[in-house]
Amino acid sequence: MTGVSDERGRLRADLVIEYPFTRTTGPVVGAFMTGLRDGRIVGSRRTDGRVFVPAAEVDPETGDAITEIVEVGSTGVIETWTWVDPPRPGSPWEEPHGLALVRLDGADTPMLHGVLVESADDMATGMRVEAVWKAERVGHITDLKGFVPEGTGQAENSAEGTERAVDGTDETVRSIRTPIRLEYDFIPSAAAQEYLHAYADKRILGNRSPVDGAVFVPPRGVDPRHGVAATEMVELAHTGHVGNFCVTHLPIPGRDDLPTPYVSAWIHLDGADIGFLGLVAGCDLDDVRIGMRVRAVWKPDEDLGATAENVLHWEPTGEPDVPVDRAGNRAWRDSAPGEVVEDA
Amino acid sequence: MREVAVVSSAVHQVEALTFTTDVQLMVPLINQARDLVGLSQDDIGFTCSGSSDFLAGQGFSFVQTLDAVGAFPPIAESHVEMDGAFALYEAWVKLQIGEVDTALVYSYGKSSPGSRRDVLAVQLDPYAMAPLWPDAHSVAALQARRLLESGGVTVEELAGIAVRSQRNAVGNPNALRASADVTVDDVMADAVVADPLRAADLAAEADGGCAVVLAAGNRARELCDRPAWIRGIDHRVDAHGLGVRDLTRSPSAALAAARAADQAGFEADAADVAELHASSTAQVHLLTGELSLGDDVRIDPSGGSLAGDTLMAAGLVRIAEAARQVASGDADRALAHASSGPCLQQNLVCLLEGE
Repeated sequence: MTGVSDERGRLRADLVIEYPFTRTTGPVVGAFMTGLRDGRIVGSRRTDGRVFVPAAEVDPETGDAITEIVEVGSTGVIETWTWVDPPRPGSPWEEPHGLALVRLDGADTPMLHGVLVESADDMATGMRVEAVWKAERVGHITDLKGFVPEGTGQAENSAEGTERAVDGTDETVRSIRTPIRLEYDFIPSAAAQEYLHAYADKRILGNRSPVDGAVFVPPRGVDPRHGVAATEMVELAHTGHVGNFCVTHLPIPGRDDLPTPYVSAWIHLDGADIGFLGLVAGCDLDDVRIGMRVRAVWKPDEDLGATAENVLHWEPTGEPDVPVDRAGNRAWRDSAPGEVVEDA
Repeated sequence: MREVAVVSSAVHQVEALTFTTDVQLMVPLINQARDLVGLSQDDIGFTCSGSSDFLAGQGFSFVQTLDAVGAFPPIAESHVEMDGAFALYEAWVKLQIGEVDTALVYSYGKSSPGSRRDVLAVQLDPYAMAPLWPDAHSVAALQARRLLESGGVTVEELAGIAVRSQRNAVGNPNALRASADVTVDDVMADAVVADPLRAADLAAEADGGCAVVLAAGNRARELCDRPAWIRGIDHRVDAHGLGVRDLTRSPSAALAAARAADQAGFEADAADVAELHASSTAQVHLLTGELSLGDDVRIDPSGGSLAGDTLMAAGLVRIAEAARQVASGDADRALAHASSGPCLQQNLVCLLEGE
């Protein structure tokens, strides 16, 4: 996530989520994918003789398993269509294109795919089309480039060759990769904006509950125990104690800046009633313990920004520990909210 | 069957909740719905919510949203990764069991941080469809063209549905698209955005949320003047694949309506008003037929989901709007419809009645 602020100082960040799925196909969908790799389209025949394309494993009306695989034509007819302009992010097409349900010759159900023509004026329900293929095929729905008007695809297909799989394998396709990528424009809430901006001034803010005065950090604009808005901000000390911790020995992919082993801990700031996450450093791993007093180690002033990353880590203060039975969250216990533990 | 009623509701829909988190959205709505009937969370027997992690871009995001309820000490709670109408169904079942007398149902959706039409492609068959990233507008267009070319409806009639929605939405603070004087010609003059659909044919995307309080029997009568009794509620589902369905029909909508009518003792057509959850004017047309709604039924008095469509909440909003029609006395009987999945795959019908 990369954060920036706009001309009014509002923070925002690109949030990209990727799901690198590898999906098992099973024998029926595998046959469909294998067919695509080999430049053929296959369906599955249900007990009443009708043929599903793409091959389906189960009859949605009866729930019966369908196992008979049949090849259908690579030509067919458009049953319904729309025009996609601009092409959608993540789609296999880079130019405006048709999108249609195409019923192939020999099939009883239509399949979805692109129609590669110049404009919506070239699209029509009832239009005959034929498949055009990629030269390099791996057993994936995008091995099929799409459909073009019947009689116009031959040149492209013969140029690219559809006789056999390019990788030369005859093995059945058993899995496919279907990565999903979703992009979000992440904008922190008003409370989080204030919290992050305060970091630039080396201040750590929390929210005070209007019900019982408990202090929450980071501030989220609500008291979650009572389900009420919390708008009062309070500035917190840069000292606290370790409420709990974990030593991590396995590296996190993409976090080369975080050499292992490292200690992540719930830091309970003096004056706060819940902990928040931080790194503990500046001492031996074996010395880290619940109740250990710590203070913030900040980035050099010239490197400060509106980010919680300003606190590089938390280091021991050398003060006496908070007793273990008094360490950790207080907002969710009976002890008085806002109580300063170091006075105990 | 145990008598269960909608006794209060709160709705908020806007174009984008830019600086408001899901929690901050729901705190006032949940409090408003509870306050209207004088209940605190301690008085609520069961809480159920509906939302989607894909919209939040965050796994198990609904757990965080429980902060808005005040879920401490721990409450009896459940969640569905569906529209809140289906969460309401779960709460209704819980009330039928008889262990609790009150329930809080809420749902919310903040789709503006992402590209909603593209996020929705992820709900399609992951092998042969989703990798092509057919966006929601395109999928709606494929269905609309089938309806138009099957001869059941014309583009002018679809524009008429858009006009009805926009005119009805005037005065609804939660409508994003409202106009007292829009005409069919105005709609027809709009550019086509997903051939054959125009912008006004597609539901207006909203961020928002909804909270509803349910109560059983005399508890409902104590809590409000005119409970909107759920006389019948049912939901049914069609096959997932678009290719194996007749996109001009929605058998699950018709069946859900028939089952709800059996429970209620009156048909969908006997409703004074109907609030429909559709993503296009073509779907409103299709549903009007499947639910056998005649000319006497006022369709979408709030503007319906066409006027403001919060993903994951629009169905629950339909129930809230239908219940308001009953509570105010504007209707004696009301139908609320909710849907889920591509091209009206899953449908819920709720028949409400005053007494």
